[in-house]
Amino acid sequence: MRGFAYLLERLAFTQSRNAKLQLLRHYLAATPDPDRGYGLAALTGDLKLRAVTPSLLRGLTAKRVDEQLFALSYDFVGDLAETIALLWDAEGDEDVPLHQAVELLAQTGKAGLPVAIAGMLDRLGPSQRLAFLKLATGNMRVGLSARMARIALAEMGDPELADIEEIWHGLAPPYQPLFDWIEGGPRPEQAAKAPFRPVMLSTAADLDQLRAFDPADYAAEWKWDGIRVQAINDGGVRRLYSRTGEDIGNSFPDVLEALNFDGAADGELLVRRGDDVAVFGDLQKRLNRKTISRAMLESHPAGLRLYDLMIWQGRDLRGLPFRERRAVLDDADFGSDRIDVSPVLDFATWDDLAALRADPPSRVIEGVMLKRRDSPYVGGRPRGPWFKWKRDPKVIDAVMLYAQRGHGKRSGFYSDFTFGLWDDEQLVPVGKAYFGFTDEELRELDRFVRNNTVERFGPVRAVAPKLVLEVAFEGLNESGRHKSGIAMRFPRISRIRWDKPAAEADQLETLKDMLT
Amino acid sequence: MRADQILHPTEAGLYCPPGDFFIDPIRPVRRALITHGHGDHARSGHGAVLATRQTLEIMAIRYGADFATEVQQADGSIRVADTTVSFHPAGHILGSAQIAVTPRKGPKIVVSGDYCRRVNPVCAPYEPVACDVFVTEATFGLPVFRHPDPAAEMTRLLDSMTEFPDRPHLIGAYALGKAQRLIVLAREAGIEGPIAIHGALQRLCDYHVGQGVDLGPLIPATVEDVPARLVIAPPSAFASPWVQRFRDPVIGFASGWMQVRARARQRGVELPLIVSDHVDWPQLTATIRELAPSEVWITHGAEDGLMRWCQIEGIPARPLRLVGYEDEPE
Repeated sequence: MRGFAYLLERLAFTQSRNAKLQLLRHYLAATPDPDRGYGLAALTGDLKLRAVTPSLLRGLTAKRVDEQLFALSYDFVGDLAETIALLWDAEGDEDVPLHQAVELLAQTGKAGLPVAIAGMLDRLGPSQRLAFLKLATGNMRVGLSARMARIALAEMGDPELADIEEIWHGLAPPYQPLFDWIEGGPRPEQAAKAPFRPVMLSTAADLDQLRAFDPADYAAEWKWDGIRVQAINDGGVRRLYSRTGEDIGNSFPDVLEALNFDGAADGELLVRRGDDVAVFGDLQKRLNRKTISRAMLESHPAGLRLYDLMIWQGRDLRGLPFRERRAVLDDADFGSDRIDVSPVLDFATWDDLAALRADPPSRVIEGVMLKRRDSPYVGGRPRGPWFKWKRDPKVIDAVMLYAQRGHGKRSGFYSDFTFGLWDDEQLVPVGKAYFGFTDEELRELDRFVRNNTVERFGPVRAVAPKLVLEVAFEGLNESGRHKSGIAMRFPRISRIRWDKPAAEADQLETLKDMLT
Repeated sequence: MRADQILHPTEAGLYCPPGDFFIDPIRPVRRALITHGHGDHARSGHGAVLATRQTLEIMAIRYGADFATEVQQADGSIRVADTTVSFHPAGHILGSAQIAVTPRKGPKIVVSGDYCRRVNPVCAPYEPVACDVFVTEATFGLPVFRHPDPAAEMTRLLDSMTEFPDRPHLIGAYALGKAQRLIVLAREAGIEGPIAIHGALQRLCDYHVGQGVDLGPLIPATVEDVPARLVIAPPSAFASPWVQRFRDPVIGFASGWMQVRARARQRGVELPLIVSDHVDWPQLTATIRELAPSEVWITHGAEDGLMRWCQIEGIPARPLRLVGYEDEPE
């Protein structure tokens, strides 16, 4: 468990994505089976152990440490598992294999758990104690997605990311066949049904770029502002994947129930009430929930609007041109009123399409998609066959309020900016942006922050409210978590308005009006 | 004479009426006894200063030769008005001392200053001094602070340098004491090549070398392309444009606080190294047991934790709540 503890500790303090991938790769390469598989599953949240409760841990500690000293310590450290790992008074420093710890947690009955956990803590050194307690409480919080784990795996051997993603959902911890395959063994014979297949993605384009192409070669459809998904029913096995291959079926039992067909479809997940498609914020309420209440299922019913078919009734359509796949899609019966097909738009010239795009029939449309009629379905983001022509971003003039130092290549530069809008006489923070500017502009922003700091909070500085930033964003959601009541999507700094006085920045009201 | 007539806290710091002197005063006073050279204990502008030779020399480096009107080197037992004082190694930094105050009649008091019981290659080891009242710091006065062997922390540094061979490792360490200790620890761990140091460390590193502390080859980290994989700098440097010359650095920080993740996160570091110049909880409590004073006074730090421990152990204790001392001074 020493290697796993080292990995956890490094990941907890590493911001850079590349550095995280490297740490994980090194861990996977240096750790024997089955420990590395369990470690991987623990990090990605795929290791389903019965979670040990905080009260059990408190009870354990009360037997060892004075209650007041424990309370003072917990108050200082701020994390229960970490407090216990630090003050556990034992001299053990054994390198217990991770699978032993996993087996202990998986196999010990509830009554025997306190003694078993205390026994394990006695055998371990401090950082392994923390790793073990994090494993036991199921709370890793190291910012490593299953997607990143797969990228690390793909970097380790011959199988490509797409190959790994295709079989990922048919595998279970500790992934021995997967590691064998990566190290040159045979591809795992997948008994698993309904695998994820790599999604085809588009590249961005604007009117000027599109004019280089013949409109007759392209079909157009609306780009709905939901979540791109892959919906599968493979001989009765139903799955709903996000476009990165995360299985999100648990959050959408109503959609799984509606998949009364045989095939794999590509479409948009939306909250729909009758003919009305709800805004993205409504869909977001359904995400990342362990259980969906009956009330939520009724008030926020989800459904699919399909764009494409990958597999249909046993036939792989991916090699066919779009026009032929679309014909199958249009004729198909999906057996549910929660599923329909996104319409193809009628246009002859790019200007026709520009007119349609300028006045979409629903506010939940974020632009148009263009697909070459002869394009096969290819996973990844091939340049050319598919374009997205998004509606123009919204912009607002905001005032820089706080700046935070960046990491990695931006170490030492103030590169993460919190900005605010006027609410009467006050500036209210409305969002945070950390890209959109050039390296040269970053240096200028950094200089501005240093010369205009009014207060410091660790790595964060409050700056004099005098620099106006033009912030572009893709949409707005209502949010109870933000003081302003609004959360921006994809905010970035589109222009630095050195010329504009802060008093002339926009009002919060202006932003709120954009909500509707 | 009662103990609190011999020594008691005032706004300017800990005052001794029978000797008419202050220990580590935070304001300019007529007569000051200084435990060690860290800026919050050793300030300039006093009338007469009594301290170890090395502390006096460090003060002169930091504040200029005229940092006090009059200085006296602490050597053996010294009469100061109606008291006798003596200085004893504290194991904290170069020149650091505990100050024992013996009145003509009454309890003997030892003011530890900041102290450390772990072997510290840059200074003389802590020397236990029997006393009636032990005045201790409690910087790490909670049972969560059990600092690991610094050699193990150096292994973590080496592991990271192996893991990321192309990224320079920039380690923050306070300029006086911690920086030099870190360099010696790195040498002991097998780092033989040049170690780059920030300009703010130069004079204090030179002074340590002059005092016989072998720091190995050091190069300045002030040029555009620093040809060293390990760079030591004061923590404040990471907020300055100086750091921009390094491409994708691993930023570390060497401090006893790094044991707590939230503290390390606040620092924004990628590689927290637990290296402390203070007693941790086991050393602190073991020292009090060893000295067995009839009373413990706590100058600063996590006094609630140590107060509670003394209560459990049945040792009379009281907090002095001295202000002006930092968590871990520069």
